[in-house]
Amino acid sequence: MSELGKYSPLTYFQLMEVSLRELLVEKGVVSDAEVDAVAADMKSRGPERGAKVVARAWTDPGFKQRLLADGTAACEELGLDVPALKLVVVENTPEVHNVIVCTLCSCYPRMLLGLPPDWYKSREYRSRVVREPRAVLAEFGTRLPDEVAIRVHDSTADMRYMVLPLRPAGTEGWSEERLAGIVTRDSMVGVALAQAI
Amino acid sequence: MAVEQKFRPGERVKVMKAYPLGHIRTPYYIRGCSSVIERICGAFPNPEELAQMRSGLPAQPLYRVRFAQSEVWPDYRGARADTIDVEIFQHWLDKAEAAG
Repeated sequence: MSELGKYSPLTYFQLMEVSLRELLVEKGVVSDAEVDAVAADMKSRGPERGAKVVARAWTDPGFKQRLLADGTAACEELGLDVPALKLVVVENTPEVHNVIVCTLCSCYPRMLLGLPPDWYKSREYRSRVVREPRAVLAEFGTRLPDEVAIRVHDSTADMRYMVLPLRPAGTEGWSEERLAGIVTRDSMVGVALAQAI
Repeated sequence: MAVEQKFRPGERVKVMKAYPLGHIRTPYYIRGCSSVIERICGAFPNPEELAQMRSGLPAQPLYRVRFAQSEVWPDYRGARADTIDVEIFQHWLDKAEAAG
């Protein structure tokens, strides 16, 4: 690839992170091994955790009710630890479509979806999805008629949000595992719909 | 230790139009807007205080307020039913009169 061998200096924030981490290790506040373990743990979590929650909600109405009432407690039922911050699950219906953003930084339900994609953290997404959500969704290939209300959720403080997508037609009788396979990260952020494949 | 909760779901509130310095979790675009409390999220240490290395206590009640997009953005081009929910701490909210 043409990128091979290209010199790319650290950005300001990368340099800051390295400096801070080295200082913390040098002063014995944390060890390199601890930092590595946390980073590995964060990387090991992916959207399949959220997909499992969605598939359960699609197949178990009682669970769905509990999930919408208290996201954190319902995830604990599935053995998913959703620590400290409260999880709010918002349900898509034929009348309402939800989409999530954090305009102030990049708050994201990492415990269920893993690390956020770069576009979620971009200034463009964060500033535009609150102001022209329909245009932004269309750019993701999600075109919704005006009869469907769009509900944007700005995660400005202590809550974290996840969208419960609409179960697509044609998935009747599917197993929970098969359903989980069609629940994408983007559908749980709300920029896409879950689709039967 | 938390500040007493002043508002209930369904109650109409107005976000203060203030521009203090520091770490503020009330987005700029929503300041001065009025709408209705959607739910109470609980009480959390005040992030403006936490950012100054203080305890953030007493905790401030946190609300989700649901705004009509057409009121937040006068030139909003989308359905009238479109909304935006924002989490706002109590000390940023005043009681508002019924919608005129």
